[in-house]
Amino acid sequence: MIGFIVSPFVVAILGGWLLRRLPHRAAILAVWPAFLALLLANEMRSALSGGGRLVEVPWAPSLGLSLAFNLDALGLLFAILITGVGALVVLYASRYLEGHAQTSRFYASLFAFMGAMLGVVLSDNILTLFVFWELTGFTSYLLIGFEHERAAARTAAIQALIVTGAGGLALLAAGVLLSDVAGTTHLSAMVPARASIVASPFYAAIAGLILLAAFTKSAQFPFHFWLPNAMEAPTPVSAYLHSATMVKAGVYFIARMTPALGSTPLWTTAVTLAGAATMVVGAYRAVQETDLKRILAYSTISALGVLTMLLGVGTHAAIVAALVYLVAHAGYKGALFLVAGAIDHEAGTRDISALAGLRRMMPITAVAGGAAAISMAGVPLTLGFVGKDGAYEALLSANDWFPWLLVLIVVASILLGIAGLLAGVVPFRGDVASVKEVHEPAWPLWLPPLVLATSGVVVGIVPSVLNEPISAAATAIGGESVDVSLRAWHGVTPALPLSVLTLAAVGLGYMVHEALRNRTWTPPYGTEGVYNGVLSALDTVSRTIGPALHSASLRTYVMVIVVTSVLIGGSVLITDPALGSALPRTSIAAHDVLIVFLIIAGAVATTFARSTMAAVLSLGAVGYGVAMTFLSFGAPDLAMTQFSVETLTVLIYVLVFRHFRGLGPLSARLIRVRDGVIAAGTGLFIGSLLLSVATTDTAPGLREYFAEFGPTLGHGRNIVNVILVDFRAFDTLGEITVLATAALGVRGMLRFAADGHSHGGVRPVSSPIFRTAARLLMPLLLLFAVFLLLRGHNEPGGGFVGGLVSAAAFALYATAFGVQRARQALLVRPLTLLGTGLLLALVSGLPAVLRGQPFLTASWMPGRIALGTPVLFDLGVFLVVAGVGLMMIFSLAEES
Amino acid sequence: MEGLLALAAGVLYAAGIYLMLRRRLAQLIIGLGLLSNGTNLLIFSAGGLTRARPPVVPDGASALVAPYADPVPQALVLTAIVIGFGLTAFSLVLAHRVHATVGSDDVDDVGREG
Repeated sequence: MIGFIVSPFVVAILGGWLLRRLPHRAAILAVWPAFLALLLANEMRSALSGGGRLVEVPWAPSLGLSLAFNLDALGLLFAILITGVGALVVLYASRYLEGHAQTSRFYASLFAFMGAMLGVVLSDNILTLFVFWELTGFTSYLLIGFEHERAAARTAAIQALIVTGAGGLALLAAGVLLSDVAGTTHLSAMVPARASIVASPFYAAIAGLILLAAFTKSAQFPFHFWLPNAMEAPTPVSAYLHSATMVKAGVYFIARMTPALGSTPLWTTAVTLAGAATMVVGAYRAVQETDLKRILAYSTISALGVLTMLLGVGTHAAIVAALVYLVAHAGYKGALFLVAGAIDHEAGTRDISALAGLRRMMPITAVAGGAAAISMAGVPLTLGFVGKDGAYEALLSANDWFPWLLVLIVVASILLGIAGLLAGVVPFRGDVASVKEVHEPAWPLWLPPLVLATSGVVVGIVPSVLNEPISAAATAIGGESVDVSLRAWHGVTPALPLSVLTLAAVGLGYMVHEALRNRTWTPPYGTEGVYNGVLSALDTVSRTIGPALHSASLRTYVMVIVVTSVLIGGSVLITDPALGSALPRTSIAAHDVLIVFLIIAGAVATTFARSTMAAVLSLGAVGYGVAMTFLSFGAPDLAMTQFSVETLTVLIYVLVFRHFRGLGPLSARLIRVRDGVIAAGTGLFIGSLLLSVATTDTAPGLREYFAEFGPTLGHGRNIVNVILVDFRAFDTLGEITVLATAALGVRGMLRFAADGHSHGGVRPVSSPIFRTAARLLMPLLLLFAVFLLLRGHNEPGGGFVGGLVSAAAFALYATAFGVQRARQALLVRPLTLLGTGLLLALVSGLPAVLRGQPFLTASWMPGRIALGTPVLFDLGVFLVVAGVGLMMIFSLAEES
Repeated sequence: MEGLLALAAGVLYAAGIYLMLRRRLAQLIIGLGLLSNGTNLLIFSAGGLTRARPPVVPDGASALVAPYADPVPQALVLTAIVIGFGLTAFSLVLAHRVHATVGSDDVDDVGREG
């Protein structure tokens, strides 16, 4: 079943390929959602007889993340609407967008939306629901902005994304809180945890965030403004996303969360009031518009308000009414949108003041429009009537302040009825207004609205076919078993006079609809103004703060970072009682004093050097001093590495610094004093920090672990090397990749500058003594490098230092005989060394993967000689480091 | 001895930061080099100092014999040294390219060109 739920994503990917083969056959894409609808209907049948079922595939169990789907009646009801309306919309779009250059982009977004929407209504895990929820918002953004060459479409797309995306973030926050409070991420498991959720101190935050998400998605007041603007989307999208499906995701979510969170005063009040306000505002604004799609957009907002309000009221009758209303609305509103699209497609305008008499040229479309309009107006024997009548009944039987809601819903229903007639009847009646030559559109443009509209009438005559699914879905929301017996005619009930009153008022209002439009008060300032105000305020803030924070001066950044760290770190350190009483643990030997003196003298000389060469040589002295420190404190590996790195670094410094002038001061004296104070403060902080840390006992654990298991698990006696190539090999793999990238960057920068011309580069040293020495030393150094590599696992050495020494050997040779001869002596290119090394390191991790162990887990061959994948890995490190060093030195020396 | 090394690391940091606050490209990079050395020294010493006992298992023994130098900071510092080499080389060449393109080794001129 999961395969079917995600199958629209597959269609989204393959559809584009299919359309390139069959550019005029987009209609066949409609087959798949139609098939899915049948499949889901079958699933619904088994859900009705045997209850819903949970399907679960673990995804990331450690995060509580699983692809869990709840195939119960509530979710399936939505899923059938999504796929059923989806099939009709795809069929419609195949004609509506025919000839458009980028239809494959359209269908890709549309099918991705379909898959995401199915995910929203069927997910049983709040985290996956969030992912799908955001995906519907994102695909909606793509579809609203489909005609992205128009600025209005772009603005509307971004607005919808920001508003619904903000709601999505609220949903994520709510999901995190909720799964923490309820102890589960599964929606179905939250219902039994209801008592603890409602009693939790976070309940108000959870409910508020969930409702914020639902209200933004379902365009509830005051977040409703994005929906009319979203009409910039192609009409099939408006019909599908912004009327029949996506905007109902919020309503669905409220319904889904009601058993776990609902029926509290907070929930009931917030949902009811938001719904009622939305219902009235939307209906009122709908009759003031002349654009068909905007009329329908506002009436959709109003209908969403009705649904929300009914869910807020929350009685069984109200829930049933909401579900019937929802199904009816998907039918008639989808049909009216598609009719509006057909009119726009044929007549070239959607302005009802310019449209009239189209029934003669477009009779079938007119039938579809009329049938949808009477359902929307709530004429008896339509499903719209059943839904509206149910809502009246529900509010009549409820108590408290529900009489006020009854008044409001009657007013809204009257306005909605008028809006329905404006959209479905006005363009077709009256005399011909010669807009342009108009014909009945091709069948894909009239069949889908006709099917949607007539189904509303057919089901309206025998509404009892919906009894079972609605009952099961209402049970999922209400918690207790809800009986449903829908009838086309309820007999004389208290709701009947209200229905008659509504119909009469609709008729009356329709006659004076122009006056209603032109002579009514239009709010001068909407909530969209608030949205725009907030956005431009944010703009102003970032425009003010931005330049102040981003001075684009590296030195300012360094200064801010350093001063902040020192102040924060220093304030912590200064309160540390151990600082003053720190006692040294290691005695001072005479040679240590010399070494530290070398480091300090080198650092001071580097700082005040006036020539680049003096600075580089003092820097080298510092490096050698540090290396000697390593040597005297039990780190021969570090010392060897540091010695070879220092040698190569000095070489690279010299090769680059021959291009630079002296180092005389550029800054004013005062600035140098200020920097000196900052620097001295940093030094003081670091020194105190080190003193306090080095004299504190470190927690045992890691050291002992490696000491014990290095020889047994790692088959090596040099623990540092065992850590590098075995225990932490994945880190090392990352590090050699960084090195390789740096070397390729150096090579790229120099090649880019050289424009392919080689100018000969640095001239070799011509002294015969130096050349003879180099010729003798190079093979010895190489031999030593290999020796270091081979013994590295058991004695100081290893791939890093071996690679550095071999690079130094070739660097020496290049200094004596020129880069050209050194390249010849190397036989392969440095790039090949580097690539081979990376490949070897990667390959050494594969045997473990094949055995189902984590990547780079060591494998050892049995026998006296230790042969295993870490040896191969170390060889890879060796080659990469050698390749990196040579690539850098050769490219630098070759540059003129 | 901890005090001496703390002094050395502090001086390296102070010199490194001072140079990084200079306007010359070359000094910026040299400062970075001093800072890397200071950091390596800092991490190494922070793990605790032990004189002349490398973390290598002696012949015949099956595990390290205490006291021995902590191998964990050593492994960290070893890769840091080599990465520092890559970083230095890359930033040197970058500075060189900037110098050649802008025609000045004053960091403030780079901003003006941009």
